Amino acid sequence: MTTAARSVVSIKHLHAWYGESHILHGVDLEVRQGEVVTLLGRNGAGRTTTLRAIMGLTGARTGSIRIGDVESIELPPHRVARLGIGYCPEERGIFASLTAEENLLLPPVLNNVGTDANIRAMSIAEIYAMFPNLQERAHSPGTRLSGGEQQMLAVARILRTGAKLLLLDEISEGLAPVIVQKLADVILTLKRTGYTILLVEQNFRFAAPLADRFYVMENGRIVLEFEQAELPAQMQTLNELLGV
Amino acid sequence: MNPFDIPLQALLGQLLIGLVNGSFYAMLSLGLAVIFGLLGIINFAHGALYMMGAFGAWILMDKFGIGYWYAIVIVPIAIGVLGIVIERLFLKHLYKLDPLYGLLLTFGLALIAEGIFRDRYGVSGQSYNVPESLQGATDLGFMILPNYRAWVVLASLGTCLGTWFVIERTRLGATLRAATENPHMVQAFGINVPIMVTLTYGAGAALAALAGVLAAPVIQVTPLMGSNIIIVVFAVVVIGGMGSILGSVLTGLALGLIEGLTRVVYPEASNIVVFVIMAIVLVLRPAGLFGKEA
Repeated sequence: MTTAARSVVSIKHLHAWYGESHILHGVDLEVRQGEVVTLLGRNGAGRTTTLRAIMGLTGARTGSIRIGDVESIELPPHRVARLGIGYCPEERGIFASLTAEENLLLPPVLNNVGTDANIRAMSIAEIYAMFPNLQERAHSPGTRLSGGEQQMLAVARILRTGAKLLLLDEISEGLAPVIVQKLADVILTLKRTGYTILLVEQNFRFAAPLADRFYVMENGRIVLEFEQAELPAQMQTLNELLGV
Repeated sequence: MNPFDIPLQALLGQLLIGLVNGSFYAMLSLGLAVIFGLLGIINFAHGALYMMGAFGAWILMDKFGIGYWYAIVIVPIAIGVLGIVIERLFLKHLYKLDPLYGLLLTFGLALIAEGIFRDRYGVSGQSYNVPESLQGATDLGFMILPNYRAWVVLASLGTCLGTWFVIERTRLGATLRAATENPHMVQAFGINVPIMVTLTYGAGAALAALAGVLAAPVIQVTPLMGSNIIIVVFAVVVIGGMGSILGSVLTGLALGLIEGLTRVVYPEASNIVVFVIMAIVLVLRPAGLFGKEA
């Protein structure tokens, strides 16, 4: 990753609240074009809140979140999404009253993705080629799908929009190893295509081979940042921070 | 009275009136269900919007000589716009609060609307003529069917089915259902949920006004007609269960018919039969007949 690569997400001094509780205490974070960046940390460290704050789904926010060239801290969630972001939440956000296919077709295709030549909205056929199970279950209610199928649906759903930046929250959580492997393959494919991905992961073994860079959070702050190459050297510190 | 002594004509006549009333219950409870689903607001102003729909038709005729077939288009649009204004001015501030606040606010709005119309037009009631093309009756052999009543039942069934189709079978409806489940998630996909909420309230208001226009020729147009019907409609919604579109439509029609039957068999009970059923349903199945158990 060259330092000249364009910044896709640039977060500075981000504070975020849920009601009265102050969750993020000045997060600084950057994701550059084409990078896969993993946000590590214990439960409650603020990783999920960081993704939600980027989307505008927390309470009050202060600081700066730039998406490409646009300052988004004041924007409502739908305007943030239209900057070209696909968000896959920890709870997957599959709708029970919609069929699998209706879930897949729900997010509108984002038009203003523009500059990244390789990334365009995937067609339904391409999605089904990548996730054959989803085609078989197309007409089942969304939440009747197995956990793995729901996770694939949640990822597939944002690929159909043409979002160039993917925020993926704990996509490997609670899934069988074979499905976790499938998701890892999908992420590597997406990375080769040129997507920029910010992963939140508890499963260190899932995240370690995928990411170009790592951030570690604790108590609502970034406490450590390192690159893939520094991973072996950082294992000791990581063990202390994460208890892995 | 022995139920077997009832003349068939009287029975069918009352059932038809029941079906007409049921059509209004169905259209109004449908709007309430859609609004409650997406906004979480128990829209007590629904009766007032229905009343203004009927008055709208009457005022267009009385003041401007504009007839029924124009009114049935103009009035729902006008009341729909009024709904949009109400949502933008008042309701949007309440979504983070307990649903009780929405109920109180819309109740207040209903009282204001009722008071204004009462002051202006009194409570004695205005009559609105059946449009020329629907006057008269058709002899079906076993009963005489007034054309206008047949039109009311068909128009309201068509409206309810149309609304059901849009919600359950189209992309727009899928978005609406998804936003009812989890509005934040839908907004995070780039969909402008606040606008959708506003338009949904407008559509619900338009639906109530359409019911009002349909009702104008069959009832006395009075400022109190809204509060008279809304209590029954809330009972219908409780019986049917808040969540279900089709459930609220079927329950509305069924309770109209049951009311009509009761009027034949034991007229004294016809005004309370809906509430007796509501009490029984609340005891046996608190979430309503079609509602999902919490």
